[in-house]
Amino acid sequence: MVEILEMIAAGQTDFRTTPMPRHKLTKAQWEQAADDAARGHVSLLGLWATRGAVHMALMDPNSHAVGVFSLENRRKGFPSVARLHPPAQRLERSITDLFGMRAEGAEDSRPWLDHGAWKITTPLAKAAPREGDAPDYDFLPVIGDGLHQVPVGPVHAGIIEPGHFRFTAQGETVVRLEERLGYTHKGIDHLMRGASIARGAELAQRTSGDSTVAYGWAYAQAVEAALGVTPPPRAVWLRAIMAELERLANHLNDIGAICNDAAFALMLAQCGTLREQVMRAAHAVFGHRFMRDVIVPGGVARDIDSAGRGMLEGLVHDIARDFEPLVELYDNTPSLLARTVGAGILPVDLAAQFGAGGYIGRASGRDFDTRRDLPYAPYDKLVFKVPLRSDGDVNARIWIRIEETRQSLNLLGELLRSLPEGDVLVPVSPMKEQREGLGIVEGFRGDVLVWVALDARGRISRCHMRDPSWFQWPLLEAVIEDNIIADFPLCNKSFNCSYSGVDL
Amino acid sequence: MKNLLLKALIRKPLTEAAPAGGDLAELGRTLEQETRRRLGRSLAIRQVDAGSCNACELEIQATSNPYYDLDRFGLHFVASPRHADILLVTGPVTRNMEVALRRTYDAMPNPKWVVAAGDCAIDGGCFAGSYAVLDGCNAVIPVDLTIPGCPPEPAAIMKGLVALMRGAGETALRGKSAGFRPRSGK
Repeated sequence: MVEILEMIAAGQTDFRTTPMPRHKLTKAQWEQAADDAARGHVSLLGLWATRGAVHMALMDPNSHAVGVFSLENRRKGFPSVARLHPPAQRLERSITDLFGMRAEGAEDSRPWLDHGAWKITTPLAKAAPREGDAPDYDFLPVIGDGLHQVPVGPVHAGIIEPGHFRFTAQGETVVRLEERLGYTHKGIDHLMRGASIARGAELAQRTSGDSTVAYGWAYAQAVEAALGVTPPPRAVWLRAIMAELERLANHLNDIGAICNDAAFALMLAQCGTLREQVMRAAHAVFGHRFMRDVIVPGGVARDIDSAGRGMLEGLVHDIARDFEPLVELYDNTPSLLARTVGAGILPVDLAAQFGAGGYIGRASGRDFDTRRDLPYAPYDKLVFKVPLRSDGDVNARIWIRIEETRQSLNLLGELLRSLPEGDVLVPVSPMKEQREGLGIVEGFRGDVLVWVALDARGRISRCHMRDPSWFQWPLLEAVIEDNIIADFPLCNKSFNCSYSGVDL
Repeated sequence: MKNLLLKALIRKPLTEAAPAGGDLAELGRTLEQETRRRLGRSLAIRQVDAGSCNACELEIQATSNPYYDLDRFGLHFVASPRHADILLVTGPVTRNMEVALRRTYDAMPNPKWVVAAGDCAIDGGCFAGSYAVLDGCNAVIPVDLTIPGCPPEPAAIMKGLVALMRGAGETALRGKSAGFRPRSGK
């Protein structure tokens, strides 16, 4: 245990301003790191592969120091982390599908992203043509009296992303949910390989559309760290303004949508209106409703003028005024609270084990917010509260999001008041040598991690993007147990995990 | 709640206050007329995400918010393809979604129309050429209309549906085999 923590502490640099060093581990040390993660001595932030090597990003949960660890010269496989630390499981299954490296000793070796539909196998290693038909996917066996199964998806009833949910129920009560994802796998990791820095930014901002800004920022951080570039203060402020607008839009939309899934449509109409106002302001000020392609490595692609600033100040004022009556409405509607209180409880220990980020973790006692705990400019100079609860039900997640909405409104006011003058973009040029960088940004859903390796010409040799949902989706399976099937949409919406973000 | 409802009664509806004002109102009228003329009082839309980044879904959802209120024109989203007249497809069509997309289309009764919404659904967008995608909806099912954008804005989605309505009536009368294929400019 001490060894890994010491390595993290020894290698500690400000990973957002300088290239990220990697600690090369022996096989025994790799297994030790997995064991440390399982015991909670370190937090697993990410697990990914490059050709012939596997890498882990680990964080000291007390000091919040971060390190990247590698096990190299592995052609066939690597010791499974998930064998000891289950949150790594789907990440490992994805590595096997994309790189053909097996997780040795893993309990679950079923494919994850590869549904047998691609013309090739192991696309990121030496891709081989697929031979024969893909075998059927084996769902976990369920044995017991009076059980029945309800398969749902990949095409869902609503206007949402595709995924398959296999419910096993006894009467109305869910005894097991098994998720099967990967339907939106677009091969982003493959498209990233050999891409220019600008093309990488385009792809990063289309990995999970609702988190366009968070991905754009995390990617830009990683590239800037790798190349030792510091974006100008005004650019950083504008990024934060966009990030808070994105958080605001998503929280507002989802608070309404969760209540709608409890058949309280009034809230959706009201919150949808506020969300639309945010989107329109984003379009007017930044030129795009999702603020796409505004963040570029080196800064931002467009500045705002005093009219734009005034418009955003007006927006903050209006939303702050109109949001509070909705909070009151939520808090004073017993028929709605009857659905949200006590539904879909995520226990504190599971949130901690999986390192669940965002409102999911913070509603279940995991006191972590990248903006505060792995601070980056401009948040290191701002004062804000990170709400925390431990009841972990749908209601708790709604309240965390209500409080975060308020905090975002405050932050936006402060950011607009203190917006520095100056340039918004500095040039980014390759360093004539291989460079690696790490970026971590708090999106609305939780921490988005991007690790990028650039070659001497400034082309991307590998870019790994880890959505917060990797460590949230598996928890939904646990949360729904003992709830009735009819409450699944409610519980699912209160999580609102990204499909595209994990399918890549 | 009483106050909110009272306020909603008193204040001007948001739906009229949409900034696309004149444009949107005109659009709504045309849409309503066309829908009634061609297909009775309403048209049902089934949406399938064939691998989008979820931005298109958010904008399609937004067409139901009080600013756009798609339902007032008789256009509504349905849960089952069996009830649908229009299949609204987003995403570059991943190989992992190919079967599900085709099955959804096959489950719809005739006449039916397919709308590819967003640059990805048109030709794969920024994901074109990947081993994992089919570079757009046309590779799997015939597309009647495309709505470009990354993602298309809610007003653009509504405009696209008008364009479809204009052509839809003709094919409804002549039967789908006439193969009407209007395409909006990209």
